[in-house]
Amino acid sequence: MIEIIVTILLISGAAFMLLAAIGITRMPDLFTRMQAATKAAALGASFIFCAVAFFFSELGVTTRAAATIIFIFLTAPVAAHMLGRAAYLLGVPKWEGTVTDELRDRYNLEKGTLSSKSIDSIKKIPVYKQP
Amino acid sequence: MNVFLWNIILALAWALLTGHFTVNNFTAGFVLGYLVLWVVLSGEAKSSYFKKISLVIRFAFFYIWNLILASLKIAYDVITPRHRMKSGVIAIPLDAKSDLEITVLANLITITPGTLSLDVSTDRRVLYIHAMYIDDKEELIQEIKTELEKRVLEMLR
Repeated sequence: MIEIIVTILLISGAAFMLLAAIGITRMPDLFTRMQAATKAAALGASFIFCAVAFFFSELGVTTRAAATIIFIFLTAPVAAHMLGRAAYLLGVPKWEGTVTDELRDRYNLEKGTLSSKSIDSIKKIPVYKQP
Repeated sequence: MNVFLWNIILALAWALLTGHFTVNNFTAGFVLGYLVLWVVLSGEAKSSYFKKISLVIRFAFFYIWNLILASLKIAYDVITPRHRMKSGVIAIPLDAKSDLEITVLANLITITPGTLSLDVSTDRRVLYIHAMYIDDKEELIQEIKTELEKRVLEMLR
């Protein structure tokens, strides 16, 4: 039983890693490439760590696997966020299929600020209400 | 948070006293400690702790499921020759106020395949994200606000 779970986890983890690799070559611009690379790779790595935890099923191994997964999911988005922001500020060309860009002309690079003005959706009623 | 610490301590005590320091035993200790706290505690601490624990567990399952679904969607786009996506940068009005809430929300958005948070406006009213599938902008914003932001705020407030 445990072998079947481990096998499924390992295969799907490896498949996600492979998809991330293919995605990097196939996607049309930097932002979509990063979408493929960061998420699928993080997901694949955590599947493999889950498989390790299931296979050994000892507290020492499981806690270390869990800690590794937590740290992957803490660091990967920060790295992706910084790369994406830097790329946007440098004006990396976007794919021709890009339909909208609401961030254009909102940076004030001299003052180092980012405005939120004249966005129509901001006037909407907030969804969350404090109980 | 304090109650959660007590729960951990009870689970540790259970594992130490029974002498088997394995995951299963620790989990059993945690569940037993949970039940003990359920009996012992009363008033506000009880209601908020048990509500939050159930919220966190439900959110974890919901989020992992969403993660896998979104990954499969992108995987399909990667494998098949034509690109079906409509990428772009959109602005999401924020209800989250504190640093912690905005950080957690931005990171969760980044981990979800298909969306990537780029920046927060200086006055913290808008989060700019890059999304891969903008079929309907309003719908996507509404989805992120109701499914992700609402749950995050419920858990953190």
